Amino acid sequence: MKLVTAVIKPHKWDDVREALETFGVTGMTVTEASGYGRQKGHTEVYRGAEYDVALLPKVRLEIVVDDADAADVVDVVAKSASTGQIGDGKVWVTNVEAVVRVRTGERDAAAL
Amino acid sequence: MVNTGDTAWILTSAALVLLMTPGLALFYGGMVRVKSVLNMMMMSFGALALIAVLWVLFGYSIAFGNDVGAGLLGDPAEFLGLRGLMEDTTSESGGLPAMAFVGFQSVFAIITVALISGAIADRARFGTWMVFAGIWATIVYFPVAHWVFAFDSGDGSVIGGWIANDLAAIDFAGGTAVHINAGAAALALALVLGKRRGFGRESMRPHNLPLVMIGAGLLWFGWFGFNAGSALAADNTASVVWVNTLVATAAATLGWLATERVRDGHATSLGAASGVVAGLVAITPACSALSPVGSIVLGLVAGALCALAVGLKYRLGYDDSLDVVGVHLVGGLVGTIAVGFLATSAAPAGVAGLFYGGGVDQLWRQSVGAVAVLAFSFVVTYVIGTLLQKTIGFRISEEDEVTGIDLTVHAESGYDLHTAGAGSSRPVGSATQPSKVNEGSVSA
Repeated sequence: MKLVTAVIKPHKWDDVREALETFGVTGMTVTEASGYGRQKGHTEVYRGAEYDVALLPKVRLEIVVDDADAADVVDVVAKSASTGQIGDGKVWVTNVEAVVRVRTGERDAAAL
Repeated sequence: MVNTGDTAWILTSAALVLLMTPGLALFYGGMVRVKSVLNMMMMSFGALALIAVLWVLFGYSIAFGNDVGAGLLGDPAEFLGLRGLMEDTTSESGGLPAMAFVGFQSVFAIITVALISGAIADRARFGTWMVFAGIWATIVYFPVAHWVFAFDSGDGSVIGGWIANDLAAIDFAGGTAVHINAGAAALALALVLGKRRGFGRESMRPHNLPLVMIGAGLLWFGWFGFNAGSALAADNTASVVWVNTLVATAAATLGWLATERVRDGHATSLGAASGVVAGLVAITPACSALSPVGSIVLGLVAGALCALAVGLKYRLGYDDSLDVVGVHLVGGLVGTIAVGFLATSAAPAGVAGLFYGGGVDQLWRQSVGAVAVLAFSFVVTYVIGTLLQKTIGFRISEEDEVTGIDLTVHAESGYDLHTAGAGSSRPVGSATQPSKVNEGSVSA
C-alpha cells in the first residue's frame, strides 16, 4: 500500500475531491496546513508597517491506496489541483506497512 | 428643582461613555497577538474597576472640590466619599443633581487611565499596572481634570482650575485632560518598560481585526456621550457638538485611508478603525468651537497627520505598542491647537480663531494648555513608572513574555478552538495531579 500525500491550494480542494471520487477513491484525510515553496509568502501592511508573512494557507490531503493505484491517484491529484501558477503545491508517495480499520479489525487492503 | 431633561441626557451620556472602556478593550485586544488578548482587555477592565472606586472615595473631590491654591488642586477632603452630595442641591431655577455630574465625570477618569495601557502591551505585570493606575489617577488625572474641567462658580464661591478659568483655553470634552494626558503618559511608560521582545523584527500583526472594528464602533457610539454630554444639558450646544463629532470623525477616517492608500498602496480596515479614533480624539477639545465645515477640515488633517505619526515609533525606536502616542497624543494636540485656528464665533463657544479673524489670542492659550498638560503628565508618569520598575517590578520575565502573558499572568487562553487535547480538570487546590502517563497522552 502507498500513502499519497498532497499539499494543494485551498480553493482547488473541491476540484481534487470530485476528480478523486470519479476515479473511485472513497475516503481521505484533509488538514488545513500552512507552508511555502518557491513562491515564498506575502506582505501585509498594518498602520504603515510591512509584515512579511512567510506561511501561506494550504490544504493537505492524505490518501492510502493499493500499490497498483498509486501512480494514477497521483496523476488525478496533480491534474485537478493545477492552475499553472506558482504555488500549486506538491504530491508525493510513501510506503505504508500496515492498515487496520478500527471498527472491524480488518487489515491492509480489506481496510482501505 | 431638578431639570429632568438635562439630567436624563447626562445620565444616558455617562452610560454611553462607560461603554467606551469595554469598547477600548476590544479595540486594543484585537490589535495584539493571540497570546496577550486577555491581558490587554484586562488592563481596561482593571482600570474600570479601580478608578470607579477611587473616584467615589477621593477622586471627585480632588478634581471638583474647591480650589486649594493657584488652580492646581481641588480640596481632597471636601467631598471625601462623596459626602454631602446625596441631597438634592439643585436651585429653584433648575439644574443638574451633583451625582449626575459625579457619574458623568467618573467615566472620563476611567477611560483616560485605560487608554495608557495600549503603550505597554504584552509585557506589564498586572498587579503593577493596577498600582500604577491608582497612583497615576491620583496624582496626574484628578489634578489635571481640576485644571481643565473645574469652572469657577458664577457667584465666585467655588474656585476651579487654572486652564479652565485663568488661561481660558477651550477644551470642551478633554483633548488635554484625557488625550494629551494619556498620550504623554503612554510615551513615558513605553520608555520606562522598554520594547517588546522582537519589536521591529518579529511579526506582531493584529490577531483579530473584526474585534478592532467592533471596538472602534463602540468607541464612536460612546463618544457622542463624551462630547455631546459635555454640554451638561440637552440643548443646542449638545446638538451642534453631536453633528461636529459625527462629521469630523467621518472626515478623519477618509483622511487616514487616503494617506495610507497613497503611502502604502492599500486602504486597510485597521486604518479605518484608527481613523475613526483619531477623528474622535481631535474633535473632542474643539467640538463646541468649530462649525461643521471646520470640523471636516480638522478631521481630514487629524486623520492624515495621525496616519503619518504612527510610523514614528519605528524611526525613533520606542515601542508604543498600539500607537497611543500617534493617535491620542498627536490627535489631542492637533485638536487642541486647531481651536486656535478654526474656532468661529458663530459656534456655541463663541470664540474666533486665527482663520476667523480672532488673531493669535486663542492660539497661544490653546498651546500653553496643551504643552502644560503634556509636560506634567510625561514627567510625573516617567517618575512613577521608574519607581515602580525599581521597587516592585513593572515588566514580566522574558520567558513569561515569550510564552504569552495571558497564560503566565492570568492562567487563561483567549481562544479554545480545538476539539482535541483539552486535558482534564479538577477544583483549584485539590491535591490530585494528573499522572505522568495521562499528561503524556492528552497533551497535544
